[in-house]
Amino acid sequence: MAIEANGKTFETDEEGYLTNLGEWEPAVADVMAKEDDLELTDEHWEIINFLREYYEEYQIAPAVRVLTKAVGKRLGKEKGNSKYLYSLFPYGPGKQACRFAGLPKPTGCI
Amino acid sequence: MSEQIKKFMYINRRAPYGTIYAWESLEVVLIGAAFDQDVSLAFMDDGVFQLVKGQDTADVEMKNFSPTYKALGDYDVTKLYVEKESLEERGLTLDDLMPLTYEDEDDDWAEKDSIRLVSRAEMADIMDEQDVFFSF
Repeated sequence: MAIEANGKTFETDEEGYLTNLGEWEPAVADVMAKEDDLELTDEHWEIINFLREYYEEYQIAPAVRVLTKAVGKRLGKEKGNSKYLYSLFPYGPGKQACRFAGLPKPTGCI
Repeated sequence: MSEQIKKFMYINRRAPYGTIYAWESLEVVLIGAAFDQDVSLAFMDDGVFQLVKGQDTADVEMKNFSPTYKALGDYDVTKLYVEKESLEERGLTLDDLMPLTYEDEDDDWAEKDSIRLVSRAEMADIMDEQDVFFSF
C-alpha cells in the first residue's frame, strides 16, 4: 500500500502505518486525515507533535492509556482524558494519531 | 477474565544487542503491562548490560531501544531487580546504569527509583514469590 502526499509516494503497511518512519512530513498526516474524513486542527497537531516527541525520547509509540496519562501531565488535565482524545481521533487516539504522526502501531494497544 | 492478580517475572540474562532477546523481552513486558498483573523484571548475568547508559548502536545497525527502558515507569512497571554480583563480576556499579524512575501514585506522585539492587540470595527469595516466569 501507499499514499500520495505533497507530490510524493509514501509506502504504508497493510494497516496504513508508514513503512519508513524517517520519511514522514506534515503533509502525510493531512492526507491520512482526509482519508478518515478529518480536518486537522491545532488541537490535533498538538497531540501529533506530542507523539512524535514521545517517540523521539522513548523510541516507542505509547499505548493509549500511557498517552492519556502523559498528555494530562504535559498539556493539562482537561486534555489528558479519553473523552477529549477520542473527540479528536474517533478511531482511537493511540492507533489513529500514531498513524498520522508516522509512528508504528502503539506498543501495548490490544 | 480471572480477577486474580499473578506475580509475573521477566528474567533477562543476555546483553542487549547482538541478539533479539532483550528487545523481545521489553516488548512483551510493555504489551503484557496492559493486563494489570504484578510485574517485575530481573536483570542478571549479561542481562545487566541492558541497563547500562550511553549505548550507541550506530555501528551494529540495530535500533537503539535503550531509551525505551525509560518508558517502563509510564507503563506502571516499577520493579527492576538488578543482581549485585552480576554487576560486580562485570566491573559495573549502579552509577553505570541508566537512572530509571517512576511516579508513585500512592505517595503524591513522588519520583522513585525503579532499579533495586539485590544480592544473589535476595534475588532467589524474590523469585520464590513469583507465580509465572518468562525467561529471555
